[in-house]
Amino acid sequence: MLEHNQHIQQKISEKFGEAVYNFEESYNTLHFEADKDINLKILNFLKSEESLQFNFLTDLCGIHYPDNKGKELAVVYNLHNIAKNIRIRFKVYTDITLPEVYTATSIYATANWLERETFDFYGIIFVGHPNLKRIMNVEEMDYFPLRKEYPLEDQSRTDKDDEMFGRQIMQRPMIN
Amino acid sequence: MSQPHHIILPEGSIEKTTTTLNLGPTHPATHGVFQNILELDGERIVSAEQTVGYIHRAFEKIAEHRNLYQITTLTDRLNYCSGPLNNMGWHLTCEKLLQVQTPKRVDYLRIIIMELARISDHLICNSIVGVDSGAFTGFLYVMQYRELIYEIYDEICGSRITTNIGRIGGFERDFNDIAFTKIQKFLDEYPAVLQEFENLFTRNRIFVDRLVGAGPISAERALNYGFTGPNLRAAGVDYDVRVVSPYSSYEEFDFTVPIGSTGDCYDRFLVRNQEMWQSLSIIKQAMNKLADLKGKDATMFHADVPEYYLPEKQDVYTKMEQMIWHFKIIYGEINMPKGEVYHSIEAANGELGYYLISDGGRSPYRLHFRRPCFIYYQAFEELVKGGLLSDAVIVMSSLNLIAGEMDA
Repeated sequence: MLEHNQHIQQKISEKFGEAVYNFEESYNTLHFEADKDINLKILNFLKSEESLQFNFLTDLCGIHYPDNKGKELAVVYNLHNIAKNIRIRFKVYTDITLPEVYTATSIYATANWLERETFDFYGIIFVGHPNLKRIMNVEEMDYFPLRKEYPLEDQSRTDKDDEMFGRQIMQRPMIN
Repeated sequence: MSQPHHIILPEGSIEKTTTTLNLGPTHPATHGVFQNILELDGERIVSAEQTVGYIHRAFEKIAEHRNLYQITTLTDRLNYCSGPLNNMGWHLTCEKLLQVQTPKRVDYLRIIIMELARISDHLICNSIVGVDSGAFTGFLYVMQYRELIYEIYDEICGSRITTNIGRIGGFERDFNDIAFTKIQKFLDEYPAVLQEFENLFTRNRIFVDRLVGAGPISAERALNYGFTGPNLRAAGVDYDVRVVSPYSSYEEFDFTVPIGSTGDCYDRFLVRNQEMWQSLSIIKQAMNKLADLKGKDATMFHADVPEYYLPEKQDVYTKMEQMIWHFKIIYGEINMPKGEVYHSIEAANGELGYYLISDGGRSPYRLHFRRPCFIYYQAFEELVKGGLLSDAVIVMSSLNLIAGEMDA
């Protein structure tokens, strides 16, 4: 593991202990996971800590893992320390039956629309968001289209099944 | 105010003193399909609410059902003023995931294409700023030279706007002599044009008066809003992905990163103009580097990636192995390595990032586009609040808002 990544891992582990886990380095980027309740504390710490200074939120998006019971939805934060050019990434998971994550809008203004987009696509509710409504799709829409259960194309077609893309066939519930 | 109105308001209600104005979705000043609901007090803007999503095409969902090479055609529909930049960014992301090392010649050819695309994008943006402030001449004048750039694309990949240029590992075919002649022609003719364009605008009293102080933003706020590219640099932050995390051999090139100080429309205009000069210099350097390549390096136009790079058509018809690869690639029967990559390039609008998650399948498990202009358009209200309605129009064009990129 690269030296600066080791340093970041050590700093975060010291501060949050058991609540952050699964540290990994891939393509020179440090990646870890954390409990969703402390996402704001982590972001604040990463931004304000003297030796870390992740002052730029590059990207924020959602992911759906339908097989990951109790942790179906994830929110990914891509952070960047612009001065030292170090990027890190972390994920928090949430239950699909109560998909609530605290909003990062107060720390990074960037998060505002990115969280709206994540809400629009995955239905993750960002608690405390100033204006949480759909951004890409129409407001009347009653489902969250990027969740894996919603198929892209005509369901009678079999040439686009998951099987054809090297994956196990997943039973899809019909759209109500 | 000829007729007194007879609306009876409920008791205790306050009469509205501001005017609501819908700017867009199909207003000539928006240069794309998006809406601004402005609240005006006279001509001063009290608040603005932006609505995007009119041309949302669910690219992220579509990408989950497409093979890597099929996603390239989705990417050039993001920022359609500089399609090749998006294509290259996507190829570089795939190459990062697949850990493909491209030959130097491919890097240089890519840089030529990317810088041409940057010029064509900045050219449109800056001349549109001119149009919105009342100077139409510049726009018509430079449009002719964007055509030269499009002709170069045409020669290389056969299309002009949605280019689908390049492949994973390099280019589908080598640049021909006509392409190089056209690039050289552009390099010879364009500097004088750009100089004249600058003469027309940079010290023009009316133009300067309209732009200076319109839509300023501080460096700190710009960073907080996730600004990147020329708009961030106009605010005084020298962040350029080409410099901080070089890709495609940018580290070998000598160029400066122009910055502004106030982050207003005029600074954005100047930064873009300067960047065009830098791009020209980069293209010249790349042409020289190409000429210096010797032997086998001087003819390579793709890396050796049999799983993703289509074999030559002639071989497909005559050789077994090549035919198998051809079908495997076209049908997308190749499993990607498992992993998560984030790769970004300096697109015309800023940091264009691709966050690609692969679960080992044949299409991405999740693909997220970090679209610079979607992210910085959030700041629009802060930029125009307290300004005049006419400022809002210039701010919109000088931010270079591209609806395709915003809505993905």
